[in-house]
Amino acid sequence: MTGLEEFLTGTIRLSAPLILAALGEIVAQRSGVINISIEGMMLGGAFAGFAAGVATGSPAAGVMAAAAAGAALGSVFAFLCVVRNADQIVAGMGINIAMVGLTGALFRALFGMESLASAPRLEDWPIPVLSQLPVVGRVFFEQSLLVYVCGALALGIWLFLRSPQGLGLRACGARPEAADAAGVRVGLTRFAAVVFGGTMAGVAGAYLTLAQTSSFAENMTSGRGFIALAVVIFGRWHPVGAVLAALVFGGANEAQFWFQARGSQAVIAGVQVHIPYQALLALPYVVTLAVLTVFAGSYRGPRALGKPYVRSR
Amino acid sequence: MNGRLGQLAGTLAFPLAGLALIAGIILLGGKSPALGLAALVSGSLGGAFALAETAIRACPLLLAGLGVAVAFRAGVWNIGAEGQIYFGALAVVALAPVLGLLPAAAAVPAAFLVAAAAGGFWAWVPAFLRTRRGVQEVISTIMLNFIAIQLVSWCVHGPLKESSGQFPYSDEIPASLMLPRLLPPTRLHLGVLFAVAAAAVVWVFLFRTLRGFQLRAVGASPEAAAHAGIPTERSVWEAMAVSGALAGLAGAVQLMGVSHILFEKFSPGYGYTAIAAALLGGLHPVGVALASGLLGALEAGASAMQREAGISTVIVYLVQGVIILSVAHQAARRRAATEAIRQRGAQEV
Repeated sequence: MTGLEEFLTGTIRLSAPLILAALGEIVAQRSGVINISIEGMMLGGAFAGFAAGVATGSPAAGVMAAAAAGAALGSVFAFLCVVRNADQIVAGMGINIAMVGLTGALFRALFGMESLASAPRLEDWPIPVLSQLPVVGRVFFEQSLLVYVCGALALGIWLFLRSPQGLGLRACGARPEAADAAGVRVGLTRFAAVVFGGTMAGVAGAYLTLAQTSSFAENMTSGRGFIALAVVIFGRWHPVGAVLAALVFGGANEAQFWFQARGSQAVIAGVQVHIPYQALLALPYVVTLAVLTVFAGSYRGPRALGKPYVRSR
Repeated sequence: MNGRLGQLAGTLAFPLAGLALIAGIILLGGKSPALGLAALVSGSLGGAFALAETAIRACPLLLAGLGVAVAFRAGVWNIGAEGQIYFGALAVVALAPVLGLLPAAAAVPAAFLVAAAAGGFWAWVPAFLRTRRGVQEVISTIMLNFIAIQLVSWCVHGPLKESSGQFPYSDEIPASLMLPRLLPPTRLHLGVLFAVAAAAVVWVFLFRTLRGFQLRAVGASPEAAAHAGIPTERSVWEAMAVSGALAGLAGAVQLMGVSHILFEKFSPGYGYTAIAAALLGGLHPVGVALASGLLGALEAGASAMQREAGISTVIVYLVQGVIILSVAHQAARRRAATEAIRQRGAQEV
């Protein structure tokens, strides 16, 4: 593999969880609900995927368990914020903090402190013929199944948002009163959208424990859920935009590993510079801030985003 | 009657479900919930030492929690207290050689000022990004937490490494910067009184000054506040500056009262626990003080629980998360009840 192929393959690998989580969040946000707890839902999915993978030996079972965990957490969030109209930011913070405790405590209870339990890896699935293509073959078509799912879902969600049902969902996020008057069931639509978002966040978490590594660590998502929120904004709430946006963040993360693997040395203007590893670890967060600083202000989200809908009598 | 019972069940649903979940996890790990509970209580309330531990853990929670409350009151979602705590402590350690030259009576106030300014600066960044660049502070403050933690890690491995150069932590701060102990041999320190005084000051600011009123008005309804001629952007800046300054002070008090050195993972998530303290305290200074005491007891008790019953302290986060969820649930139920009354009233008219 050439250096470029390696870099691009790694970029896609690191983008995949961001894409999965961001696609789910786009659907939730387009319906009018901002779910900042995709961080916690990813963590829940990462743990559920890991635990089910270790227990059954099957990575597929791990992904299913992660999806179920994400859906369950999505239902809790939707119950609070869609059924009971609780504050979406506060409830999101609650789930994030609770999941650090829940997954951390369950991990220690089930696997012990010194456990080196390792989950079965989700193997790469080279696509026949396509994977033989030069450069793009290895980069795009020799990846885990979940990466292909990302691509398919991005297109699927794009088409869905343009369908009559998708129009109804978008109406819930833009003008819920109008959607309601037109016969769209706002509560039900938002509930379903949030549960879908939770499911996707759960699967994104499973990607971390089953495809990127095969182990779990306390609070291992370390802000990826929030980076996925930035992906949604940078991708302008569009599924294809989110894929492109996620590649930028995935690339920043891959660059960090790339530097670390090369002893954190860089040659800038002919001078050998040592980059502290802390600067590399901070890079994804700095890039996220920088991208939002440049672009966030000019992009508008759904009009009713974050506002509970209460029908007035 | 049925309504009353139903209401009670609704109030207790989340806390009870949380307790059952916690007991279940402890049993799953082969540990005893009863032993854990006993350790939790004795480690937080059983005797002078335990009470002092509770108080010194409540101290940074109260200061940072007051900051979170001020920001949330203004409708600014500052979840960056963690990074602001690190920044406050970092600034004091970085300037310790200079601050140490001052006479003892001036050194501590000067260090507090430095910490408040540093925390305020780290909160100024997201305020700037929100008002000038339209960046949601929910995302930016979290990113800044991670960046601050890496910055501190780099400092204690590099420029601020202790003098012998062997260990990744800072030199001990000069004795003139250490907060006096109130009840030796317990670790209870002057910072606890300072935090309580800060709660009083924040109460006066929020409820007895024009700026505090404007800040609350902006939080309650930015449109209405703007319509009434309140400069909403300025309130956002002020809320964030005050919020960050209080979190910076929390870092300083922890450094100067307890740890005396700066190291990686200096804060075991005080900035996140402060969010739980602020929300549980109803964003009111008195409430935040009580909630900080409770959460401080939980932290102190959890340490004892880990020592004596082998139950990991990480479970505390589950408790905090459940607290936040039940607060959100309660607030929504109250809003719905008022709304129902209002609508009934409107129908009768």
